[in-house]
Amino acid sequence: MAEPDRKAVVRVEHLFKHFGKGTARVDALSDINMEVYPGQVVGLMGPSGSGKTTLLNCIACILEPSSGRLTLDGEVVYDDHWLKADLRRLRLDKVGFIFQFPNLLPFLNGTDNVAVVLDLAGFSSSAARAHAVELLNYLDVGHRKHAMPAQLSGGEAQRVAIARALANRPRIILADEPTAPLDSQRGRIVMDLLRRIAVDQSAAIIVVTHDEMILDRFDHIFRLRDGRLEDGAAAVGG
Amino acid sequence: MNLAYRDIKHNLLRFILTNFGLSLLLGIVIVITGVYGGLIDDALRQARAANADLWVVEAGTNGPFAESSRIPGDTRELVSRVYGVERAGAVTYQSVQTELNGKPLRLFLIGFEPGRPGGPRKLVAGREILRSQYEMVVDGSAHLALGQEVPLGTHGHKFTVVGLMRKEVTSSGDPVGYITLRDAQALQFELAPPAERREAARGGSPETSNQINAVIAKVSPYVPIKEVATALARWKHLTTLTQAQQETLLSKFVIEKARNQQRLIMVLLIIVSAVIIALIVYTLTMDKVRSIATLKFVGAPDRTIIGLIVQQALSMGIFGYFLGLALVLIFQPYFPRRLVLDPASVATVFVITIVVCLAASTLGIRLALKIDPAEALAGAG
Repeated sequence: MAEPDRKAVVRVEHLFKHFGKGTARVDALSDINMEVYPGQVVGLMGPSGSGKTTLLNCIACILEPSSGRLTLDGEVVYDDHWLKADLRRLRLDKVGFIFQFPNLLPFLNGTDNVAVVLDLAGFSSSAARAHAVELLNYLDVGHRKHAMPAQLSGGEAQRVAIARALANRPRIILADEPTAPLDSQRGRIVMDLLRRIAVDQSAAIIVVTHDEMILDRFDHIFRLRDGRLEDGAAAVGG
Repeated sequence: MNLAYRDIKHNLLRFILTNFGLSLLLGIVIVITGVYGGLIDDALRQARAANADLWVVEAGTNGPFAESSRIPGDTRELVSRVYGVERAGAVTYQSVQTELNGKPLRLFLIGFEPGRPGGPRKLVAGREILRSQYEMVVDGSAHLALGQEVPLGTHGHKFTVVGLMRKEVTSSGDPVGYITLRDAQALQFELAPPAERREAARGGSPETSNQINAVIAKVSPYVPIKEVATALARWKHLTTLTQAQQETLLSKFVIEKARNQQRLIMVLLIIVSAVIIALIVYTLTMDKVRSIATLKFVGAPDRTIIGLIVQQALSMGIFGYFLGLALVLIFQPYFPRRLVLDPASVATVFVITIVVCLAASTLGIRLALKIDPAEALAGAG
C-alpha cells in the first residue's frame, strides 16, 4: 500500500446535498467529510439510494452541492457555490472518470477513444495518438488499438476506458462500479490495475462499488447509509 | 479530431441512404428552380428572338404576346419610312394544333417576312426558308425530321420541315415554328372553305387576310430609340412598345401566375426539406445521447458538441445537394419541359440549403445542450 503524502488530493468538508423543497425535500447527502490522499485507492460503499453516486457526482463537479466545501488537488472549487466558471475544463484537467460501463464512443477506435480527451485538452493530433497508444500498451491492450468498441471484449473495453480516464494524467480518478460488468477474476485484474495507476501517477482513486470480493484491494472504505458516512467525521485512510 | 466525420464514417451506409432520400427532395427543389428559369427564359426568348428595338402593335393593346393585336399588313411600310428606322418586318403569332401519325402536335407558329427582322435565329440542322410557301423551320422538341410534312390549317396544306432549331419553345412548353408571313396570314385569317362559301352566299364581302399582329423595327444606332418611339406614337391607330417594355410585359404579367405557383411550390419544398433535415438531425442526436453525455463528462466544451451536430447537418445538406444536382443533370434531357439551371439560381439553392441545414440543426443542438453529463453514469446506485 502507498504511504500517503499528507496533502489530500480530494477534501470534502461538511458537504450537504438535498433535492426538492419543503415536505418534498430529500436529503441525499448530510455533512459528508472525507479526504483522499495521493496513491490511495479508497472504496465508497453502501446500499442503493445511500448517496454514493450523488457524492461521486459532486466530487466530479457534475452536480452542485447544496452547501459545504470541496477541494480538488489543492484548489477549492466549491465553497457554498462553484468558484470555477468552467467546470468541464476543471474535470478535463483534474478528474479522470471510469464508468460502470465503458461508455466508449462507438464511432472511434481504441486509440481515438483515448486520444479524444487529449485532443480536447489541446494536444496535437499526432501527440495525442502517440500518448494514447502508450497508455493502451501500459494497460496491456495495445494490440487492440485499431479495434472499434463493438469488437472489444468487456475486459478490453474497460481497459480502454481506464486508459481514457488516465489520458490527461489526472490527480483524481473516480470509478463508478468499474468491476460490475466483469467476472471476479477480471474484476481483480482491474483493481490491481487501479492500484498500479495510483502508485505510478500518484493519483487518488475513489471507487464506488457493491462488490464485496474486492474489499481487500482498498486502502480505506467509506460506507454511506441514508446520505451519511457511517463512521461519522473525516475518515482518513492509510 | 473530427468527430462528425468519424461518426459518418462509422455509419456510412445509414448516412448514404439518408442522404439519397434527401438528395431526391433537394433535386426536386433544383428542378423547380430549373422549370422557373425555363419559364422565364422561354417567355422572353420569343420576344428576344425577334431582335427588335421597337414593337408596333394595335392601338391600346399590349400585343402581341400579352393580348391580341391586329393591324393592317401595310403598317410595316409606314413604319419603315419613319426617320431612324433601319429595318422593319411584319410578324404574326398563333398557336396551332394538328395531328401527325395519330398523335396531337401543338406548335406556336411565327409568320415572318424572309430577309426582314422577325425570322428564326440559329438553325442546328437544315436550311432557312427559301420558297415563298409551305416550308417550315421548327424547334427540335416537336420531334419532327427534316423533310417531314406537317398538315396545317383548315385547308389542310402540308408544310415541309426544312430547318431545325434548338431551345425555341413558348412559356407553356410548345415548340416554336417559323413559316412565311403569307402562309401564316392564310392560316390565321382565311376562312375554311365551307365558311367562305356561306359568307359568299350571304353576300358578304370577303375578309382581307392582309393583316398582321405586329411590326418589328430595328432602329439605327445613330438615332435614339426613344425618339423613334415618340415619332411612331403620333399615329393614333398604333401603339409602340420598346423591347424592354415587351420583356416586362412577358416576364411580369404573361407568366406571373405560373411564376407565383412555382415560387409557392419551391417555398413549400424548402419548408418540407427543413423539417426533414431537422428530424434527421434530431434522430441522429438522439442516437448519440450517451456519447454526448460521455463527451461532456470527460470535459468536452459545448462548441465541440455543437460542432459535431452542425458539421453532420452541413455534410448531409452538401452531400444531398450535390447528389440531387447530379441526378437532375443526368435526367435533365428527359424532362417534359426545358430546365434552365443558370449558375446564379443553382448557387442560390445551395445557399438556401446551407441556411436550412444550419436552421434545422438548432433542434438537435437544443437537445444536445440539454443532455445531462450524468446520463453517462446510468446504472450506478
